Amino acid sequence: MADRRRISVTINGDTYEREVETRLLLSDFIRHECELTGTHVGCEHGVCGACTILLDGITARSCLMLAVQADGHELLTIEGIAPNEDELHPLQQAFMDNHGLQCGYCTPGMLTTLLEFLRDNPDPTEQEVRIAISGNLCRCTGYQGIVDAALDAAGRLRAEAGA
Amino acid sequence: MGAKAMGARVRRMEDPELLTGRATFTDDIHLPGMLEAAFVRSTEAHARIRGIDKAAAESMPGVFTVVTAADLPPGLRTVRVPFQVPNPAITQPFQQRLLEDEEVCFVGEAIAMVLAETRYQAEDAAAAVEIDYEILPTASDCRDALAEGAGLCHAGSENNLCAEFKLGYGDAAGAFANAEHVFEAALWSHRGAGLAVENRAVVAEPDSLRDVVTLWSATQSPFLVKQNVVDMLDWPSDRLRVIAPEVGGGFGPKTVYYVEEALIPLCAMTFDRPIKWIEDRRENFVATNQERDQYWDMALACDGEGKILAVRGAMIHDTGAYMPWGIISPYISATTVPGPYVVPAYELTTRVALTNKVAVTPVRGAGRPQAVFAMERLLDRAADGLGIDRAEIRRRNFIPADAMPYSFGLIFRDGKPMTYDSGDYPRCQAEALALADYDGFADRRKTAEAAGRHVGIGIANFVEGTGLGPFEGATVRVHANGRITVYTGGGDSGQGHWTTLAQLCAEPLGVDPSDIAVEVGDTGKIANGIGTFASRIAVNAGNSVHLAATSVREKAIKVASHLLEAAEEDLDIEDGRIFVKGVPEVSTTLRDVARAVRGMPGFSLPGGVEPGLESTEYFSPPQAAYCNGTAVVEVEVDPDTGHVEILNYAMAHDSGNLINPFIVDGQVHGACAHGIGNTLLEWMGYDDDAQPVTTNFADYVLPSAPGVPRIDVVHVESPTPNNPLGVKGAGEGGTIPALAAIVAAVEDALSPFGVALDDVPILPGRLAALVADARARAG
Ligand code: FES
Ligand code: FES
Repeated sequence: MADRRRISVTINGDTYEREVETRLLLSDFIRHECELTGTHVGCEHGVCGACTILLDGITARSCLMLAVQADGHELLTIEGIAPNEDELHPLQQAFMDNHGLQCGYCTPGMLTTLLEFLRDNPDPTEQEVRIAISGNLCRCTGYQGIVDAALDAAGRLRAEAGA
Repeated sequence: MGAKAMGARVRRMEDPELLTGRATFTDDIHLPGMLEAAFVRSTEAHARIRGIDKAAAESMPGVFTVVTAADLPPGLRTVRVPFQVPNPAITQPFQQRLLEDEEVCFVGEAIAMVLAETRYQAEDAAAAVEIDYEILPTASDCRDALAEGAGLCHAGSENNLCAEFKLGYGDAAGAFANAEHVFEAALWSHRGAGLAVENRAVVAEPDSLRDVVTLWSATQSPFLVKQNVVDMLDWPSDRLRVIAPEVGGGFGPKTVYYVEEALIPLCAMTFDRPIKWIEDRRENFVATNQERDQYWDMALACDGEGKILAVRGAMIHDTGAYMPWGIISPYISATTVPGPYVVPAYELTTRVALTNKVAVTPVRGAGRPQAVFAMERLLDRAADGLGIDRAEIRRRNFIPADAMPYSFGLIFRDGKPMTYDSGDYPRCQAEALALADYDGFADRRKTAEAAGRHVGIGIANFVEGTGLGPFEGATVRVHANGRITVYTGGGDSGQGHWTTLAQLCAEPLGVDPSDIAVEVGDTGKIANGIGTFASRIAVNAGNSVHLAATSVREKAIKVASHLLEAAEEDLDIEDGRIFVKGVPEVSTTLRDVARAVRGMPGFSLPGGVEPGLESTEYFSPPQAAYCNGTAVVEVEVDPDTGHVEILNYAMAHDSGNLINPFIVDGQVHGACAHGIGNTLLEWMGYDDDAQPVTTNFADYVLPSAPGVPRIDVVHVESPTPNNPLGVKGAGEGGTIPALAAIVAAVEDALSPFGVALDDVPILPGRLAALVADARARAG
């Protein structure tokens, strides 16, 4: 019989208590146990970056972690980025205004990666943005819209912080 | 306002759902009682199956059942995938079975399907299914496969040649016999897998009471899936509804129909349980169709001024073990070679080889990048040989703009003579050269050389048949609450159809695009459809929406003229109101008209119109609409490591009238990046026994943000006369000239070493080795 543990994980401010198999991937926990399906899975071997989430504020590949490792931690996923139901976060708005997504499959990982990056680097160069997202694959956009969105968002967030 | 919707840079309406994680992709669907599937796939490239032992697997925890061919209903055990695009040139049209239990012909071929309560349990059990293989000889390299005595891809067949065709026109032999100059090239062009970030995915939900199944599939073509599933399972067509929900990228491989799309609904129906199957990345590398190798032996005859007299040659195409899409890819390759140039005589023999690999079907560009690579390499050879500038030799050979429409004697894949409808090829190249500051390159090169850096520039032109038929349709419906919905058949995998189709609907109805909902990719919402591939939606669905919205407008005005007692020609529509011109207070609304034409019991409909404020139109283009463009690429190459850095990437692109330049730019950027990957990074490798050797994202490298430059795009707009909107397809143009332009630039950068490049991709190790060889030769 598979080994099971009870865990408690906070995702976007809500607490999820579940008994899970110890081998359950964190990505599957988030998507299928908590039904927060905005986090995507593209490779399950840590390369595509679509499954990236913030774990205690730091980016992590949820396909390379077990759910039990997240026990007691706080996660942020794409569903938790916008301030409310009707409004977008400045980074999300910048993605919309700069055509930073096409199919939207890489988007959850791009947003979480850039959220961390722009927090730590509020005024980046284009090259720094490209390196920041170099571990996130996008087959649709050629990255141009994403890079433009990140630079635009940096400006918006700086203006917000200054205001 | 609505009236200016066409051509506006409208923001995408699909974005908010995707940006907040609320959008629904296939794997996001959770249904009560759902089983999860995992497949047992062949680990051998070619083998006879002596036995399948599933006893241990079936007794494992959570396992519901393990299905093999023997468990299928008798009529379905040997049924094969319908041959979707036949062609008389095909002599051995091998197609796959639902599950194989006799002879597997590629690594990844499905042998058994495990159904279990969880995916984890299904995978555990799949690993416990024992297959007893008797290994058979293989066909791996497609050239070797056609040689005498080669291992056979399918045991018992005569050889591995499954199709052969000759295309051409004019007197090529005569032209070569008398030509002043002949230039030759022997080329390998390889393209990789489609690799959408979302893998394939299928969910089926049975409804035994009504004897119907709903199938969600991450497909580009829900209608083709439905057609093939009902054909293969011999079901009445109204038993199946196929929905393509949000699809995480397509790029071609999700156009074609796969056996999993029939097995999952079949078993869902049989066991009366919803079933989900989500492909994993390794499966995607071995079981989802790809493009791969073509080998070209080509020659170009020209006069002393570089004017083309003829092009001829032979090409070998690797098609894999089965051919669900027939010879579409190599056929497109063969017809793409002449491109934008006056080629008085042309002759190409194409041989298609069966190999023990997953099938080849179109990937973004669909055989064209390889053909453009061949033609443009020949022109570069001629330019270099004759001492003519590479841009100049192209200028001397362009079909002039005033020659449009231009026919030259080939039949395209749509069965129609190739007639370029519109375009200004010389101008397109001129625009791209200006954007790239081609004239300033000599100076840039001098500066680089002085600093010991190696830079080069390359040019490539292409013409691409887009917007292929047979048709796509659209229903435009004004609901009784005034809301407007557009329904069309092709799915959306990132193209932004909601936005562009809403723009097209908004204009005739005098409303804002944001007032319109668009539902795509659901066979339950419109009677007929095809799918999203071959850059065909703007032409086919776009014009259907335009026609349907126009007829809804006419109907609304007709009914309003009765309601308002005003002449039709005195009425106009704006902001959802229909009013008498000059007397705006005499008005009604689209909502009230929609209510009026629902009908009142016992009364006749106003104006004698048909019920419902809606219209369905199916647009069938008379022929392909030919998009064209030019890429000019500047690179720096490190001769020691083979690293290529793209310094500048200019693309002139003519896809006719633009519906939404914001979206078209994105399509071009993404398509260029795909071409950059194909040229510099992507290689789908197989060893001599046809075992795939690049089955994860570490071995098969996709372009990432630092390696993709900013793409400068200039649009030339030559509307096609062949559809009301004057639009052409825009989804693939960026990929098509990329291989040729980048390789030309790299070769140019390495000109001091005298390295000739005949292959694509040019991976760093190979490039460094070529330079080392050249250095050694030079002593
Ligand atoms: S799914 Fe986690 S990195 Fe690709
Ligand atoms: S938008 Fe499709 S993968 Fe990035």
